[in-house]
Amino acid sequence: MKNFLIALLLVLPTFVYAGEAKDLAEDPVMERRMIDLAEKVRCLVCQSEAVSSSHSDWSNDVRQIMRDKMKAGASDQEILDMLVERFGKSVLFDPPVDKETMPLWAAPFVFLFLGIVVLFFQLRKRSAVVQKEVTLTSEAQAHAANLLKEENK
Amino acid sequence: MMRFILPFVVFVVLSVFLYIGLGRDPREVPSPLIDKPAPTFSLPLLYDTKKQFTTEDMKGQVWLLNVWASWCGACKDEHPVLMDLSTKNIVPVLGLNYKDKREDGLAVLRKSGDPYALTIFDADGKVGFDYGVYGVPETYVIDKQGVIRDKIIGAVTPQNLRDRILPLVAELNKK
Repeated sequence: MKNFLIALLLVLPTFVYAGEAKDLAEDPVMERRMIDLAEKVRCLVCQSEAVSSSHSDWSNDVRQIMRDKMKAGASDQEILDMLVERFGKSVLFDPPVDKETMPLWAAPFVFLFLGIVVLFFQLRKRSAVVQKEVTLTSEAQAHAANLLKEENK
Repeated sequence: MMRFILPFVVFVVLSVFLYIGLGRDPREVPSPLIDKPAPTFSLPLLYDTKKQFTTEDMKGQVWLLNVWASWCGACKDEHPVLMDLSTKNIVPVLGLNYKDKREDGLAVLRKSGDPYALTIFDADGKVGFDYGVYGVPETYVIDKQGVIRDKIIGAVTPQNLRDRILPLVAELNKK
């Protein structure tokens, strides 16, 4: 009995968790959908936080507007479009690939390509150096032999 | 020679990028609403909530829409700048009292003076949201056709008023 009580006490804390920013919802399914969507949206006041986890006033407003729109039957995409229309593409954590964001998406590949080109030429230059025949005068040869001998002592 | 020039060029390019990039304020998200028609709305006035303001009322005029609130710190900084501007009669400044309590908003205007041609009362912030407001104060420059031409995020200062807002207003007034 005592062991059972201890086990129960140990399990109890797992029912407590920090959770997302508090909000009252009548409809848990819609609330889940709203939080999932809010995870994709940047809090513009706190910048690197998602609207879903932010406690800022602005994020609260955005969540409330999401709820209202969902109640009115808007799709997730419609809600995101509405936010982009007002706050710009940077409000999305995963901005769409288009003309404006192309440099951002392409930059890593451009740099990778440049790196490969530089590496290619460097390696070619080096192998050219290594492969060159080295001719030594007899004097230099004797000097080198001497050095090697000393080294081996 | 090449081994010195190349790193130097890379250094210069990087410096220029960093200078420009780090000089920017990451909180200033460029508004997609610039050069788009300002969202139309109809809201009560702060002084007399029975009277309505509609954006139609400002057609044919260049005007500024200044979003402010009694709870906003930077709004207090820009208040004297706006007071000064209001005495010069260059451009009408309309205030949008954003997500505020009516008494609090009125108290600010009573205490520090009222720089606004009109003050519109946006109690729940719905209009502010349509205008893409995310941090007060924000100021919009709207032209005669009702198109947003610029948006200043943060306080209006004597500097940005002189270098950015007023030149734009003068240009828009000529059209």
